[in-house]
Amino acid sequence: MSEAKKIVRVTGVTKDFDLGKIVVHVLKGIDLEIEEGKYISIMGPSGSGKSTLFNMIGGLDKPTSGKVFIDEVDIAQLDAYELAWLRCRKIGYIFQTFNLIPVMTALENITIPMTFAGVSNDAALQRGMELLDQVGLTGRQSHRPSELSGGQQQRVAVARALANSPAIILADEPTGNLDLSTGEDIIRLLKELSLQRNVTVISATHDYKMLNVSDQVVWIRDGRVDKIQQRDELDIKTGGLESAAH
Amino acid sequence: MRRLVALPFAKSFQMAYQSIRVRFFRSLVTTMSLVLAVAFLTFTQAGNKITTSLVLSQDPAFLPVLSKIGYDVNPATADSTSTDNIGSSAKQRWIVFLSLLVCVVGIINAQLMSVTERFREIGTLKCLGALDRFIVRIFVMEATMQGLAGGIVGALLGALVACSESLFSFGLSSLAYMPWRAIGTIVLYAIGTGTGLSLLGVLYPAIVASRMLPVDAMRVEQ
Ligand SMILES: Nc1ncnc2c1ncn2[C@@H]1O[C@H](COP(=O)(O)OP(=O)(O)O)[C@@H](O)[C@H]1O
Ligand SMILES: [Mg+2]
Repeated sequence: MSEAKKIVRVTGVTKDFDLGKIVVHVLKGIDLEIEEGKYISIMGPSGSGKSTLFNMIGGLDKPTSGKVFIDEVDIAQLDAYELAWLRCRKIGYIFQTFNLIPVMTALENITIPMTFAGVSNDAALQRGMELLDQVGLTGRQSHRPSELSGGQQQRVAVARALANSPAIILADEPTGNLDLSTGEDIIRLLKELSLQRNVTVISATHDYKMLNVSDQVVWIRDGRVDKIQQRDELDIKTGGLESAAH
Repeated sequence: MRRLVALPFAKSFQMAYQSIRVRFFRSLVTTMSLVLAVAFLTFTQAGNKITTSLVLSQDPAFLPVLSKIGYDVNPATADSTSTDNIGSSAKQRWIVFLSLLVCVVGIINAQLMSVTERFREIGTLKCLGALDRFIVRIFVMEATMQGLAGGIVGALLGALVACSESLFSFGLSSLAYMPWRAIGTIVLYAIGTGTGLSLLGVLYPAIVASRMLPVDAMRVEQ
């Protein structure tokens, strides 16, 4: 197992938020190694620091101390151009609130990252249509986000995240704003895509439905890694949780 | 290998245009304050120019009206006054200045709002790989389009009202003395002023927003 490539490495990451009077210590020293092609769930109660960690891994925020390596590159060392390139080509982001651009159609939303990546207009449109098919939105290319349901919007977001064939997909509570069965559909879609394309999926969640598809679960509690479970250790547990949830 | 992200000029233009078109009503409100400011500026300046040229014409037909609205129609003094200044007394200039100031604040406020209500969008674009200057460029293009549209409409409106007013007060014969060239220059300057103000209003908030970390931009409640 140790010979697999470590696509993400987090060492001693802490994050404090200075609120003027008090300083909140949200992450208190996170060490994590994530292998390429795995489906990782970061589990933990609300407020435990999952989103904060997600932002650090994705280069959307800066750690107070510690380092984040993507593909063995310390992202704190990147300049603005390289960081934009990383966000554009290496990582696909999926958010709880979908975050589509409201004035653009589904197809246009999917093609923005390709435009930034320098893909020609025709090629981007063609690939955008293929991605729409793959996420099950055939024929919805000219719909605006406001004309799509939550589940459909999240599918567009998944397609957008895949646009430049990133190595990593980061998803922060991707099912948080969806009903149960729509949420399951999105999880299944992410899992399928991760298997097909060997994409590493890192998903922050407190949705136990995620456990079934995860290769590894990182439990976060109070800003620290509580425990890391592999899939085989997990199966016994999921049974319990599954039956508890039903 | 140089790791570069790109946004072709045509594409950013299309994004800016689409943003205005889809948010048409919102853009209209922003542009409206510009139309009013530019129309007011053009109206007062063109009005002064027209009156000046009528005074200088020394045509007896206009004298009663001119002196009624308070102009010194004595040829000697009229000639000695700088032609630009006839009609724009200190008080009137003060009023134009104050109204312009109010309009500038209005335009800046409108552009500030239109940037802040799109913080989440800006943060998202940065997540997708946008450089700071892509964001600024899109907003500058939007502001330029709004500035030109608002400026053109406002300047034509202001000039039209100024001309109709003088026709109404001085009669059809005043048409012969209309300083068309001067009015045209005023219209062009007013369009430039409107576009400049629109850019001035958008630049600061757009630069600030484009430099935010994506998380900070996306956290803003809307
Ligand atoms: N920008 C911020 N300023 C202050 N506190 C923050 C900020 N972001 C997150 N926090 C705090 O950090 C803690 C963890 O937040 P978060 O990472 O969003 O948790 P989770 O995603 O696990 O629910 C919470 O107590 C939250 O209030
Ligand atoms: Mg969260």
